[in-house]
Amino acid sequence: MYAQLVKSEGAKPREEMTPEEIAFQERIDRGEKIEPKEWMPEGYRKTLIRQIGQHAHSEIVGQLPEGNWITRAPTLERKAILLAKVQDEAGHGLYLYSAAETLGVSRDELLEKLHSGNMKYSSIFNYPTLNWADIGAVGWLVDGAAIMNQVPLQRTSYGPYSRAMIRICKEESFHQRQGYDIMMKMAAGTPEQKAMAQDALNRFWYPALMMFGPSDKDSVHSAQSMAWKIKINTNDELRQKFVDQTVPQAKYLGLSIPDESLAWNEEKGGWDFSEPDWSEFFAVIAGNGPCNEERLGARVKAWEDGAWFRDGLMAHAEKAEARRRAARVAAE
Amino acid sequence: MAGAVDQAAFVEWLQRIGDNALILGHRVSEWCGHAPVLEEDIALANQALDLIGQCQLWLGLAAEVEGRGRTADQLAYLRDAVEFRNLLLVERPNGDFGQTLMRQFLFDAFHIELLRALKSSADPRVAEIAAKAEKEVAYHLERSADLVVRLGDGTAESHARMEKALKSQWPYTGEMFLDDAVDAAMAQAGIAPLPSSLRPAWERTVSEVLAEATLAHPGEAFSHKGGKRGVHTEHLGFVLAEMQFLQRAYPGAVW
Ligand SMILES: [Fe+2]
Ligand SMILES: [Fe+2]
Ligand SMILES: [Fe+2]
Repeated sequence: MYAQLVKSEGAKPREEMTPEEIAFQERIDRGEKIEPKEWMPEGYRKTLIRQIGQHAHSEIVGQLPEGNWITRAPTLERKAILLAKVQDEAGHGLYLYSAAETLGVSRDELLEKLHSGNMKYSSIFNYPTLNWADIGAVGWLVDGAAIMNQVPLQRTSYGPYSRAMIRICKEESFHQRQGYDIMMKMAAGTPEQKAMAQDALNRFWYPALMMFGPSDKDSVHSAQSMAWKIKINTNDELRQKFVDQTVPQAKYLGLSIPDESLAWNEEKGGWDFSEPDWSEFFAVIAGNGPCNEERLGARVKAWEDGAWFRDGLMAHAEKAEARRRAARVAAE
Repeated sequence: MAGAVDQAAFVEWLQRIGDNALILGHRVSEWCGHAPVLEEDIALANQALDLIGQCQLWLGLAAEVEGRGRTADQLAYLRDAVEFRNLLLVERPNGDFGQTLMRQFLFDAFHIELLRALKSSADPRVAEIAAKAEKEVAYHLERSADLVVRLGDGTAESHARMEKALKSQWPYTGEMFLDDAVDAAMAQAGIAPLPSSLRPAWERTVSEVLAEATLAHPGEAFSHKGGKRGVHTEHLGFVLAEMQFLQRAYPGAVW
């Protein structure tokens, strides 16, 4: 989802674990939270850095597709709501980079990895927002999928990550509601508006399903992450839950989900649905989505153009500190 | 008291203050996701949000006083450039972050004095909006002044950029303090101060901050003007083309 294909380190059978590792696993099994200063296996630390970092990057890159419509929002109220939402996303990035910092990696190091292509962000943000209903669809489907994944992560084993998730989830549900609210207006609007809403759903449906990552049978890294409670549910479980939640919402809007195989399965008590095109997913992850170049390019440009600003602030802080020191010496 | 005021002048004046917030909010919002650090992304989105919120209140009141059944949205989205009343300063393109910041600081220092004075407006609706906006703008000024100081007195490059920004924005500051017949009518009715009366306090703030920032005060300069009476720069048309696109392309749709 916001963290897809996170490589997990050091899956080990219990017989091969050191006593420290066994004690650590038992703490997690008891539901205890791991805090920054406490001992943890190197693999746990590294996996968490990847996952939290990828999540943080997704929040900040996620500003871009929605930011694309702020200046064109159709009413002052919609503009204000969208601004508040995009501001929240940047704030989520901030909480998550701070959580990652407790694991001994700085925000600048993580950003360097993002900019150099060594760390990823969610595939979903490489899709364009082409009409106003896309802003509704992003809130409804993308934030909706994010919530699906993040609500269980409130119980994740790493204390700072869990606390960041609790703060973030409160805001995400507002995001989803405002997105759905846009969809309701569009779906009940003029024929043109309704067409925009359907078009948005057509384009975002499968990319939203991809947010949960590849099918469980192809997810090599899940087991260890689940043992560590860094991952709580499997990709397929969450995807199913998401489809089950979303199908009635689409019906309520009078929009059709672009899947001819969509059918209620009485036995499992859920919807059967078509898998997304995974070759598209891997192409997007590899950098070949419709907007990869723009999204990453925009972030790199912001960073490079801002170098003088950051250097200026740093230089000022050093000067101010030197002046304070000189004043102290003079006073003594 | 408000009954004694010329209604057309009052609407005109409300549009000036509402349009300043709208157009500056639009410009600031263009930075979303593109700022030099994450903290600035957050701060700028918040600032844009404050300004759009203020614009809703001012234009809402303009529509109410006008009494023709229009709404704040209709004023924002269905007027053409010639009907906009914002200062030229706020419609200027963002430029680099230094330009944006300097524009913000010079405007904030004026905006705060205006809002402080409006808190004792004879029109209670104006006083109420001003009181709410003043809290937000006090924070905007605190931030922009602080950053101007730090970047002015930062590296040689940041200093040079801030100096350049100051030089390019300065000729657009004079318009803030020009009085015209509308301003005179507002002052007469006790609704708003004469813009010229705000200049000494603005000048004090600006001089102090520029001195601390080690930036040379530009002194007297030529003033561009026209925004307050609808004669804008070429830039405003593009702002509106973007902002008003959906309302223009799909007339009457509800969003
Ligand atoms: Fe978020
Ligand atoms: Fe969100
Ligand atoms: Fe604010």
